[in-house]
Amino acid sequence: MSWRVSCQNGCSLRLMGRSGCSAPRLFMNLAPKLLVWLLSGGIFFGCFSARADNTPDSDIRQKLVQAIQSDGQAQQQLLNELAESGAKIVHDVLTAWIREGVYLYDGPDGSKIPVILDDQLDPEGKARAIRIIDGQFIKDASGKELRFASADLNTAETDMRLRSSVQQSMDTLALSAPNPEERNSAVLKLGNSQKPRYIPILQARLTKETVTAVRRSIDEAIALLQLADPDPKMEIAAAQHLAELKSIGALANIKSLMNKPGCPLDVVKACRGAVQVIDNHIAFVNFIGTIFHGLSLGSILLVVALGLAITFGLMGIINMAHGEMIAVGAYTCYVVQNIFGSGFGFSITLPISFGGKMIQFGLHIPGLNATGWWFESYFLFAIPLSFLMAALAGLAIERTVIRFLYRRPLESLLATWGISLVMQQLFRMVFGANNVQVNSPSWLLGHFSLNDVTFDYNRVFVIVFAILIVIGTWLLLTKTPLGLLIRAVMQNRAMASSLGVRTARVNMLTFSFGSGLAGLAGAFLSQIGNVGPSLGQTYIVDSFMTVVLGGVGSIVGTVCSAFGIGTADEVLQQTTGSPVTGKIVVLVGIILFLQWKPGGLFASRSRSLD
Amino acid sequence: MRPAESKTEKWGLLTVALIMVVLLPSLNAFTPAGTFLHVSNFSINLYGKYLCYAILAISVDLLWGYTGMLSLGQALFFTLGGYMMGMYLMRMIGNLGQYHQPIPDFLVFLGWGTLPTFWKPFSSFPFAILMAFLLPGVVAAIFGFLAFHSRIRGVYFSILTQALTYAACLLFFRNSLLLGGNNGFTDFKFILGYDLRSPGTQRGLYIATALALVLVYLGCRWLSRTKFGLVQQAIRDSENRVLFSGYAAGYYKLFVFVLCAFIAALGGILYVPQVGIINPGEMGTEKSLEAVVWVAVGGRGTLIGPVLGAIFINALKSWTTRAYPDMWLLILGTLFILVTVFMPKGIVGLPGQLRSLHGRFRPKSAPAPAASTEPKPEMAKTK
Repeated sequence: MSWRVSCQNGCSLRLMGRSGCSAPRLFMNLAPKLLVWLLSGGIFFGCFSARADNTPDSDIRQKLVQAIQSDGQAQQQLLNELAESGAKIVHDVLTAWIREGVYLYDGPDGSKIPVILDDQLDPEGKARAIRIIDGQFIKDASGKELRFASADLNTAETDMRLRSSVQQSMDTLALSAPNPEERNSAVLKLGNSQKPRYIPILQARLTKETVTAVRRSIDEAIALLQLADPDPKMEIAAAQHLAELKSIGALANIKSLMNKPGCPLDVVKACRGAVQVIDNHIAFVNFIGTIFHGLSLGSILLVVALGLAITFGLMGIINMAHGEMIAVGAYTCYVVQNIFGSGFGFSITLPISFGGKMIQFGLHIPGLNATGWWFESYFLFAIPLSFLMAALAGLAIERTVIRFLYRRPLESLLATWGISLVMQQLFRMVFGANNVQVNSPSWLLGHFSLNDVTFDYNRVFVIVFAILIVIGTWLLLTKTPLGLLIRAVMQNRAMASSLGVRTARVNMLTFSFGSGLAGLAGAFLSQIGNVGPSLGQTYIVDSFMTVVLGGVGSIVGTVCSAFGIGTADEVLQQTTGSPVTGKIVVLVGIILFLQWKPGGLFASRSRSLD
Repeated sequence: MRPAESKTEKWGLLTVALIMVVLLPSLNAFTPAGTFLHVSNFSINLYGKYLCYAILAISVDLLWGYTGMLSLGQALFFTLGGYMMGMYLMRMIGNLGQYHQPIPDFLVFLGWGTLPTFWKPFSSFPFAILMAFLLPGVVAAIFGFLAFHSRIRGVYFSILTQALTYAACLLFFRNSLLLGGNNGFTDFKFILGYDLRSPGTQRGLYIATALALVLVYLGCRWLSRTKFGLVQQAIRDSENRVLFSGYAAGYYKLFVFVLCAFIAALGGILYVPQVGIINPGEMGTEKSLEAVVWVAVGGRGTLIGPVLGAIFINALKSWTTRAYPDMWLLILGTLFILVTVFMPKGIVGLPGQLRSLHGRFRPKSAPAPAASTEPKPEMAKTK
């Protein structure tokens, strides 16, 4: 992958794969950092998993057995201790217990062994019994597993008082679950229960809780429960506290309290203040959310349009097949995913018979049948590959069609549209006319919240990646010898050529680089939307508008207009309540804007008259 | 094109016009079905559709081939004209629709009890025709004024017209526009009191279309030979030079743009009653591009080229979509690539290309007559 570009004065520039390959290489260098960034973006969750339960399993089982067998004060004490453990087994056994599913088996030595029955029933409706003490099945002397029907065994007795204290332990138990997300949802559940009796439990938990987010939830839940307190002073304090916490979840409760007949005036006043604060907060959260969505939409546009900014802005080629380059990238992701999974194959039958036989060809790639993290990592392989495949497709198009059309830009529009039709049909023949499913790797699913604003990982990923791609492109164009040659050829092809630049080669590389960027865009789009044969068509008008609005030939302009269009689109969608209206307004707005500034946002100034 | 002003051309034109306007409908009307000479009702309807497309193609060519403005929005004007006609036809259904209400079915479906105000005047045929020209004309005038005023040209003009079409297409897909949304208008019954499904009406519509095509052709032919036409072609070849010679190129372009919107709308008006349906899909960006393909394949910068191209490609389309439905896009795309790269003058330019190729391969054996005379008209054409 090295070639020489010799100049007139005898010097030669060695370009070691700085062209099409440099973006993937750049990416490969950056990918680990990106991963780190993403993970650190997940600090919120990252610190959760640190807390493991230290009590060994056997201790817990021991205590469970004791709790079942003891009674009175000692039993209560044991239950409280168990509630603190947060172990799953405690939850399972306690649930079984209050549903009368814990049995006492008379052991051979006369002792009573607490057991629960297995879920799997045999044809006679009998199940194996599991000893709580060690989780083993009960066997007879010969080692054969014994089976019981529930009627065969004596139930461990429960009464009203015991059930309620077990229930309470279970509520607390959920609060001490090892997973902070579970703890959080347990807290929310208690907070919404409207039962002030949970307040002491939550307060007890608050002293032990270490994770900030959960502490906040507990705080909020306590305030919510206090809101249901009959004492007006308590209510006012709770409302004020909720206002401080800007608790969106409490809005409905506060409003219902406020509208309750016979509510004291000062309580209503406090509530009104709280509602005001929370409403403002909601407006703020929605605003940030809209901006965030707009930015992520803008990033997609940016990545799509950046390739176009190079092929159209710099080279003057109107590549209507740019959208199909996006589809190439997206389908590459699909193929890579299938290769990591169960394999990929297709076969096409042409409706032309040749010597009585239909022409048929096909391909089958066996799969790696990868699972777990190995499968999840397919996307990391798919990204550079989608760049590469689209770049190769671009290379082929440039060599076969576009190089004849550099002097006829309007006709490049027509020929590339022909290419786009052919490619769409090929996609249909190879991948089928329906959308294909590309699964996001689990590390791109999910979201995190900051101050009630939800940030989806894949959107954050797109934004970060778009920025990286822009930086990479900018570096390529301004800091590398190839970039220098590209700019020279694009500014004045004839002059560059007479100075010894091999313009044909530079054209080829530039075009395939632009196409490769479209392929990267396709890789993103596969994570966000559907992948189908007409995927590219959705974006082609938008991306042309982005380039024209930004100012043809200006990368900065493309960045600004992409984010601008994305945000405007999202804001208008929110305000008009319909995606289509937003889009129409944006399109008309762009047309009008271009009346004012025909050269776009960052028009390149030139004295030449075209 | 100047040298082509010969007797043969005039006679050829007259013959083709007579075949189109008189012979084909006569064969349809007066020969018994099943005989060799008979032209079926289906064929007449199909030819009518092709001729509508030919009118659209002429409008694209007048812009692109003669003025150098590649508009990707001609389908918009075509469809707008069609929609206005469609509104009239919808009113003519009366209460014969599915719901037997005096208003169009889709309005009943949307929960309307009475006709929206803007629908009311469309019961009148002259008003509908007037609107069918006026609306595209006004849209073209506003857009053209804005675009030419700020000197948007070349590629940018193409992209902006495409965006305009795309925006309009999205708009027409909305139900709240009260123009039928996705499904558009269909199920027409009567035009001017005649039953649309009777062969006689269809034949009449075909004759009207053929006549319209001939008139449009003659009008454009006349226009291209006036001084106006010369300025127009000068704008295509070097707009700046025209500007510096003191011509307000922008207004010339605006006039042509609006005129082409009218022509496209005329095509649309005739298209809808013959095809029996109009929906926003006709407005899509790919429809405009398809019209550009017809012109490119037929040969731009000539008036006969677009007509040939529209008829040829659509006939090909009708045949392939029936015989090899999967292959149509492949064929169209490949054809388009090949034509753009190897036949920049289209079908019309093919004989000239072949002759010069022929001359190039036999320069020594026959040097004098063929090689020396042929390139001249070519040069005259391109410069």
